[in-house]
Parts: sequence; structure tokens; C-alpha cells
Amino acid sequence: MDPVMLARIQFASTTIFHFIFVPISIGLAFLIAVMETMYVVKGQDVYKRMAKFWGKLFLINFAVGVVTGILQEFQFGMNWSDYSRFVGDVFGAPLAIEALLAFFLESTFIGLWIFGWDRLSKKVHLLSIWLVSFGTLMSAFWILAANSFMQRPVGFEINNGRAEMNDFFALITNGQLLVEFPHTIFGALATGAFLVAGVSAYKLMKKQDVDFFKKSFNLAIVVGLLTSILVAVFGHQQAQYLVQTQPMKMAAAEGLWETSEDPAPWTVFASIDPEKQENSAEFKIPYLLSFLSYSKFSGEVTGMKELQSQYEQEYGPGDYIPPVRTTFWSFRIMVAAGTAMILLGLYGAWLMLRKKVEQAGKWFLSMMLFGISLPIIANSSGWIMTEIGRQPWTVFGLITTENSISPNVSAGSILFSLIVFTAIYAVLAAVMAYLFVKVIKKGPYAEEADHRHASDPFNKEGYNAVS
Amino acid sequence: MLSLNEVWFVLVAVLFIGFFFLEGFDFGVGMSTQLLAKSDTERRVLINSIGPFWDANEVWLLTAGGAMFAAFPNWYATLFSGFYIPLVFLLLALIGRGVAFEFRGKVENTRWKKVWDGAIFTGSVLPPFLLGVVFACLIQGLPINEAMEMHAGFFDIVNAYTVVGGLTMTLLCLLHGLMFTTLRTTSDLQERARSMARKLLLPVAGLFAAFGVMTYFMTDVFERRGGLIAVLLGLALLAFLLGGYFMSLKRDGWAFGMTGAVIALTVTSVFAGLFPRVMISSISQSFDLTIYNAASGPYSLKVMTIVAVTLLPFVLGYQIWSYFVFHKRVHEKEHLEY
Repeated sequence: MDPVMLARIQFASTTIFHFIFVPISIGLAFLIAVMETMYVVKGQDVYKRMAKFWGKLFLINFAVGVVTGILQEFQFGMNWSDYSRFVGDVFGAPLAIEALLAFFLESTFIGLWIFGWDRLSKKVHLLSIWLVSFGTLMSAFWILAANSFMQRPVGFEINNGRAEMNDFFALITNGQLLVEFPHTIFGALATGAFLVAGVSAYKLMKKQDVDFFKKSFNLAIVVGLLTSILVAVFGHQQAQYLVQTQPMKMAAAEGLWETSEDPAPWTVFASIDPEKQENSAEFKIPYLLSFLSYSKFSGEVTGMKELQSQYEQEYGPGDYIPPVRTTFWSFRIMVAAGTAMILLGLYGAWLMLRKKVEQAGKWFLSMMLFGISLPIIANSSGWIMTEIGRQPWTVFGLITTENSISPNVSAGSILFSLIVFTAIYAVLAAVMAYLFVKVIKKGPYAEEADHRHASDPFNKEGYNAVS
Repeated sequence: MLSLNEVWFVLVAVLFIGFFFLEGFDFGVGMSTQLLAKSDTERRVLINSIGPFWDANEVWLLTAGGAMFAAFPNWYATLFSGFYIPLVFLLLALIGRGVAFEFRGKVENTRWKKVWDGAIFTGSVLPPFLLGVVFACLIQGLPINEAMEMHAGFFDIVNAYTVVGGLTMTLLCLLHGLMFTTLRTTSDLQERARSMARKLLLPVAGLFAAFGVMTYFMTDVFERRGGLIAVLLGLALLAFLLGGYFMSLKRDGWAFGMTGAVIALTVTSVFAGLFPRVMISSISQSFDLTIYNAASGPYSLKVMTIVAVTLLPFVLGYQIWSYFVFHKRVHEKEHLEY
């Protein structure tokens, strides 16, 4: 087997798996911080319960997110050592800062939050969860600063055959980062919100702890709707930015072989033949691609064939067209999932305003349950589009994926690690799903019940509690 | 004045020393869950004693890795690709351990708990052992070629010297963890931790001496920096003896400080022996990785220095505060989270 392919499969699988949990953590931390704030401000016990109940799901999820993240940091050195040598000067810095600024903050204050309910004052305890939430956002910022460098390298010069940083400020004000960060963050907040809304809808359908889950649903649907809309807004900005900085990715995402007419129509679906470099069975909406690319109803978009010859002149002979089908379809899956989220959010918020959530139809509540998967699908396909669409480059215009791998690591070693990590990740996924279901079934008021069972039945109080 | 390359060498060293000192004791406590605890309740007490800390302790390792990546990309690349298979096992251990803490208490079922207890134990024994092996390899030298690539065979990594290094580190962590247990628990469990620690003193001393003698004969670190390393190891020996003395007096806080000092001084002497090299080539001295040829450019180092100097006081501040918040001993009667 080809070590480049194996290393890519490994990177894709471990990163996608890791990125299922990260947005849930970011979103839940924020929602729990809001819930606990309401508890501290209003003093109603139900909000404390909410923070604790959703906190349980958060902690299970957080644990998996953290441990799968360790692998991400190690992986660059293990599988991609030539990449690490070439860009470590620039790329390593945000990773180190992420650890210093975010990981320490998250891990210390999550400990204080879990174990500090009885040891910290209400306000300090509340501050802890807000710092955790802030930490998750910081973590995202720095990792996306590193990723943005791969999409649009800035703030460096080539010295002694490698990229060296010469402008740190450029790195953290990278235009790519300014559109990628809000797009990803709002996506993450929406992921947490749809999880809470979906689970709440399920419990409302079962008519369990109605008041508790109605409150949870209301909060989550507002956050879910607002963030889904913001994801779309920044997604649009990112698409426009892409046309200017990575036109090949955009052309591939549109399945656009030839440069389009002016105004350009948007292809809803097409059957793509990368061998012949042409599409069939296309269905197009006029003007829409011009609007997506330039926010106006005119302007042509450059196609892949023209870009290919441009890149050959610039970077020498080679194939600069990314896997077109994957890029094209992942983009559409992302947009479709995002649209569905906005629609669900709108209907849910309308129900909430009319105070009719508990009378909502079963079809809607089941849709909300299914809706938990929508942001996860959108997140994954969004990243697939971003990373696959950049191929054959690891860092756009600077170093190719082929030249990035570790020359001293055998295909056998990579295959071995691929197998063991896939196996342990499968176990983690199964266990997590099992624990999620268990916690959700138990519900928010299970703890006292547990306590009652645990107490000694011969003890007077315990006896009364049981009988 | 130290050059920035030297500053970052010291910073990476400090991060590893902090990691072994801090996570050292929670690895030790993790091992104690099988070696010391007699019941599920005792296991829970032990796990809860490190509950608020272990995650932040592990971040010291991640930050050390991040700092290597940023300040010495070639060191990071050579080390991580060169030790591929040991690192796979290290990652598996850390993954299993990390989720086990969170998962084990979520289901009341003996078999379920046994599985995650196994993960906690394995995940606490393997990392200090593997990292001990890796650090022993670093001072022993490794086949690194002119392209800074390491092509190590099995016996380059696993040999008598490195195994002794790994065992020494593992037992040191266990000893350190037992001392931490005496500080955070009460009554019977505390007593047993103390007596187990006392029984460990002799084997640890033996291993430690063997590792020192082997280092003298099998590496070049005494030739290069003999004076300094002799002083460091002398201090480690002193700390070790004082540790034993404080144990017998039941001055647990002091004893814990001393076992920590032994770990810190040992790791310090490894870094002192390396300096200014970061990886030693067994093929040719001219292929050594040093703090100069493995480092990032001066601009990058400067930016990172400013960031680190600004952030570190806060990081240290809130971590110390969290130990202060949870300074009370863990009782089996209170609510146990894990």
C-alpha cells in the first residue's frame, strides 16, 4: 500500500472522528454556561439541574474529544514529518499557543467545575464554566489560525529551504481565518444547540419532565436558529473569499470545468466524469453562482481547465485538480444540512413564541431528534470540502501532500496504527453512544432516586424514603 | 545572557520536568488502584484524589510537544516519526486512561468497572515506562542520518539500558503517587500507602543506581558534563534519602516533595547531558540535532518567547490555586464523582 494514501486515510478518519466531539463540546460548554448564569441570576433550582444534566453529557463527550485530540497533535510529527520540518516554524506556533492558552485553561477549570459544586462560591463556580467555554473558543481560534495558514499562507518567507515566520500579526489576521473562524464557531454552537433541542424534543415526545425539557428546548432552539443563520452568512462570505484565494477549490465545488458564462448559474446536481472532464445530467439555477461568488447577479467564475493551465505555468507540470466529485458533493451535503437546520430552527422558534412546544406534532419532535445529526453531517462535509478541495497541496502553493509525509515511516507501521486507532475509536463511539442513551433515559432527576436506593433500608430515613 | 535557542531548550525541559513531577504522581495513583486498593470504594477514593488534576497534568505533555513543534520543528519531526510504534502505544494508553476516568463510574456493573480499571492501570503503567525508554534512548544515541531522519531498529529502542530507564521511571512514579496518596486520603488506605512506599525504597534505589552506572559506561554524558550531572545526581540521592527519612517520620508533605525532587532532578540531568544537543546520532557526531540546527528562526522564537512569558504566570497561578481549592483529603463518605 502507498504510505501517502495510508497517512491520508489516517488523517481523514482520525480528524473527522475528533471533529464529531469538538463542536459538541464547544456548543454544550456555552449552553451550560448560559444555564448556570440563569441559575445564579434567577436562583431557580431548575437551571442548576439543567447545567448538571447537560453537564453529564458534556463531560462524557469532552473526555472523548480530549483524548482523540492528543493524537492530532502527535500525528503531524509521526506521519507528516517533512511537512512539520518545512512549516513547523510557522505552523507550530499556533499549536503551542493553543496548548498554553486554551488546553491548560479548559483542563484546570473543568476540574474545578466538576469537583467544585460544594467548594466554590456560586459566582466562582459560574466563572469556571465560562472560562471553560472561553477556552474551547480559544482552542478553536488557534487551531483554525494554523489551518488558515494551510489554506492561504501568509506572514512567512522561504529561508534555507523552509517556511519561516516573519509576521505573526498577519498570521492571526489572515483573511481566511476571519471568515473560517466565525463560520466554524457558529457551526459548533449550532451543533450543541441541536443536540440539546433534539434530546429535549425526544423527552417531550415521551412526556417526561416536561417543564425541564421545555425550558431546555426553548433556550436551545433560539441559540440553534440564530447560529444556523450566522453559519450561512459567514459561509457565504467564505465562498466569496474562496473565489479569490483558492479558485480551484471553488471551481471543483461547483463541478465547473469550463469558465462559466456571465452571469453564472449554480449547479444543483450533476453527474461528474473526472476522466473526460465533463458533466452530464446537470440541473442549474440561473444567476445563483454569480451571487454566491460576488454577492451580485453578474460576473463569471473561472473553470478548472483554465486554472489548471494557469497553475502549470506558475508551479510547473502536475495535476492541480482536486478530487472533483468529493468536493462537489460534500459542498452540497453541507448546504442541504445547513438549510434543513434553519428551517427546523424557524419552525421550532415559532412554536416557542406561541408557547406551543409541548403540543408540537410528533412529526416535528421526531424531526428534531433526527436534527441532532444535521450539524454533525454539515461539519464533517464542510471539512471534507475544505481539505480535499485543497489537494494536491498541504499548504496551498507551497508544499504538496505527497512531499509532506514521513520518509522514514513504513507503510506497515502506518497500517498498524490505522488499524489499532480505528478499532479503539469504534469502541469509544459505541461506549459513548451507550452512555449518552443511558444518561438521557435516566433523566435529570435520577440522582435522588439513586441516592434513595443506595441508602440503608434499616436506617430510619432510608426506610421512609424507600417505602 | 541566554540565547533564545537556549531559552527554549530550558522551557521544553521545564515542561517535561513539570509533566513528570505532576502527572508522575497521578500515574502512580493510577497504578495504586490495582496495587494498593482492596475494594471498589478504595479505588474510587484513589481516582477521586487525582480527579480534579490529572487532565491539566497531562496538558504539560501536550504543551511540551507543542513547544517542541514551534521552537524545534526538526526535533519534533525526527523524534515523533522515529519513535512511531512506541508513540502508538503511548497514545493508546493515554486514550484509554483518559476516557476510563470518565466512563467507569457511569454504570453500576462489576464487569464494566473491571474493564475501565484495567484501562486505568495499563494507561498509568505504560506512559512512564515508554517515556522512560524514549528518554534513555535520547541520551544513548540513535541512528539518525544526514537528513535528520531516524531509522531505528527494535534493539536501538529496546535494550538493557533503555528498559532499566523505563522501569526506573515507572517505579519512581509509583513511589511518588503513593506519597501523594498519603496526602489525600485517610486511615487505613493512607497507612498502607506509606508502608508500600517504604517497601519500594530499596528496589527503586537499586534500579536508580543501576541506571546511573549504565549511564556512566554506555553514554557520553559524563564525559561531556560530568561535574554538573554528578551534582544533580548527588542532589537526587540526597532527596531520595531525605524522602525515606521523612517517610519514617510520617512527614508526608515533605516526603512527597522529596520524591518529586528525585524525579525532577533525574529528568533535569537527562536534559543537562543532552545540551546543546537535542538528539544524538549514533552514526556520526555531525548528524546530531542541536538547539541550533533543529530550531525555528529567530523571529518565531522571539514571538513565542513573548507569548510564553506573558501567559505562563497566569497558567501557573490558576493551577496552583486549583490545588489549593482541593487540598482537603478525600473521604469515602462524601460524594465521589468518578
